[in-house]
Amino acid sequence: MNPSELTILEAAKLMREKKLTAYDLVSSCLERIEADNGEINALVSVSKTALDEAKAIDARRSSGEDLPMLAGIPLAIKDNIMVKGWMASAGSRILENHTAAYDATVVAQLRAQGAIFIGRANMDEFAMGSSSESCHFGVVRNPVDRERVPGGSSGGSAAAVAAGFALGALGSDTGGSVRQPASLCGVTGLKPTYGRVSRYGLIALASSLDQIGPLAKTAADVAVILSAIEGNDPKDATSSGPYETYLPEIDTEPSVEGVRIGIPKEYFLDGMDERVKASVMYAVRQLEKKGAKIVEVSLPTTEYALAVYYLVMPAEASSNLARFDGMRYGLSAGGATLQETYERTRGEGFGAEAKRRIMLGTYVLSKGYYDAYYRKALKARERIRLDFEDAFKVCDVIASPTSPTVAWKIGEKFGDPLTMYLSDIYTISANLAGIPAISVPCGTADGLPVGLQLMGKPFDEKTLLRVACTQQKT
Amino acid sequence: MITNEDILHLAKLARLQVAEADVLGYQTDLEAILGYVNKLKELDTEGVPEMAHADGSTNVSREDVAVVCPVDERTAMIGAFPVRSGDLLEVQAVFANRTE
Repeated sequence: MNPSELTILEAAKLMREKKLTAYDLVSSCLERIEADNGEINALVSVSKTALDEAKAIDARRSSGEDLPMLAGIPLAIKDNIMVKGWMASAGSRILENHTAAYDATVVAQLRAQGAIFIGRANMDEFAMGSSSESCHFGVVRNPVDRERVPGGSSGGSAAAVAAGFALGALGSDTGGSVRQPASLCGVTGLKPTYGRVSRYGLIALASSLDQIGPLAKTAADVAVILSAIEGNDPKDATSSGPYETYLPEIDTEPSVEGVRIGIPKEYFLDGMDERVKASVMYAVRQLEKKGAKIVEVSLPTTEYALAVYYLVMPAEASSNLARFDGMRYGLSAGGATLQETYERTRGEGFGAEAKRRIMLGTYVLSKGYYDAYYRKALKARERIRLDFEDAFKVCDVIASPTSPTVAWKIGEKFGDPLTMYLSDIYTISANLAGIPAISVPCGTADGLPVGLQLMGKPFDEKTLLRVACTQQKT
Repeated sequence: MITNEDILHLAKLARLQVAEADVLGYQTDLEAILGYVNKLKELDTEGVPEMAHADGSTNVSREDVAVVCPVDERTAMIGAFPVRSGDLLEVQAVFANRTE
C-alpha cells in the first residue's frame, strides 16, 4: 500500500514496529503533491524541510526513543494558523507577504509531538466561504471530482487529506468550515466545543464562533489530533479545560450500546435532497443495529439560525478585520492622507466577499440598527443554545446531514452569495450554541461523498468520537 | 432598502475603497441578505438574555506579570512593519493640517 493512503493510527503503528520510516511516509505524500497539487491546488506552499524533519524523527526512533503517536506524521495547516517562519496569508491579498512571527498554540503542541507540517492549506479569504472559490491563491478542486468544489472554507485542508498530500490537517470552523468540506471531500472533520482548543495564533474571523479543528480520514485519527491540540491556554482567555479525552488506541472496540441518538425533526424537511437523506438515515439505522436508541428531538429555533449567523458573524468580522489598516503589517497602499491609506489598503487588499461581510457587519452595528439586528441576534442565539440544552436532556448526540447537497460544480453558486450561505444551514447551529460537531463519511450519492453530522453536548467530545468511531467500523 | 448612497456611506465607515462599478452588486447582495435576515423579526425573544459567549465565562483575568517577548519574535514583528524608523513603527499623521 502507498503510505500516503494509510490512516494516522496505521502509520504510527507501522513506524513503531519499524516497518515504515517517517522519511518514506513523508516522501510518499510529497510524491502525491508533486503529481496532483498543480491541479487540485489544496496547498499554497509546500515545506522545504519536511524530509529533513522526517529523518530527524527516524533517527530519534532508531536511538530507542519512545515517540508520541503523531511523531513523523505529515499534516497540512490551514493558511490562517501561524507556523513560525512560514507565510500566513489567510487566503488574502492583504496578507500575501506576511510571515508568521510565532507559532499558534496548536502548532507548538503538534510540533512538540514531532508532527511534520507538510504545507499551508488553501482557503477562502479570511475563512469566508463555503466553496474555496474565494481564495486569493486560486480555486481548490475536489479530489473526488475535479470539476467540483471541495467545500469551504477549509477546502484546502479537506482536499489535502482526500488527495493523500497529508494524513491529517488543521482547519478552522466558524460556521461549518471544517465539517462541510470534510463532507464534500469524503473525509472526517471535527469542530470542537468552543474553548476546548486554543485560538491563539489563529487569524480571527468571528471570535465567538471560531474554533480550530482537525481533519483526517477517520474519526479515530481526528481524535488523536484533538488530544494533541486541546487544553487550556493562558494566551486564549476563552479556552478552558482539561476535559476527558477520547483515546481510540485504547477504545479499540467502540460501542454505542445505550447511546441515545436524537433526530431533529426540523432538519429533515420535505424538499431536502433524498439521496443525502437516505445515506444519513442508513448510517443512523446501522448505529441503531449496534445498540443505539433513536429518538426524535425538536430544535424549534432552527429556521432562524442562518439569519442569526449572518448577523453575528459579519458583525464580529467587521470588527476583527479593522486591524488590517496598512500600518503595522501586511499590504500597505500609500495614500496622501491617513484616511486614503486605510481605504486604498483595504480596497486593494480585501476581496469581494470580505468587503461584503465587512459592510454588512458595519451596517448591523451602526446607530439605529444595532438593537434591531445585532442585539436581536444575540437573544435569538441564546434561544438556539437553549434548544440544544433541552434536546440533550433526552439524547446524547444529535444526527443530521452535514451539508444539504453533495459537492457542486465550480462556479455554480459563486455569483449568488445568499444561495452559497444556505449551504451552511446544518452546520452553523453548532457554532452558535458552542457545541462540538463532527462530520463522518456515510456513503455516496452519484459517486459523490455524503457526510453524517453528529453534534454533542458541550465538552463531551468523548461520546461524539466514540459514536463516530463506531459508525466507521460498520 | 439599501441605496447606492448607503453602500458608499458604509464603505466610508468601514474604510473601504469600493469601485464605482461594484456599488450596484454590493447593493443587490446586501439587500438580499438583509431581506433574508429580517425574518428574525418574527421570532419572539422577549425576556431572553443576550448570549455573548459560547462557554458563558466572564471576566477571565491572568496574573499581572510581564512576559518578555522572545528576541526573534520581536525582530520578526518589527521586520513586518511597512514603514519604520529603527525599531519604531512609523505611521502617518492623524491630523492633516497643523495649526500652531
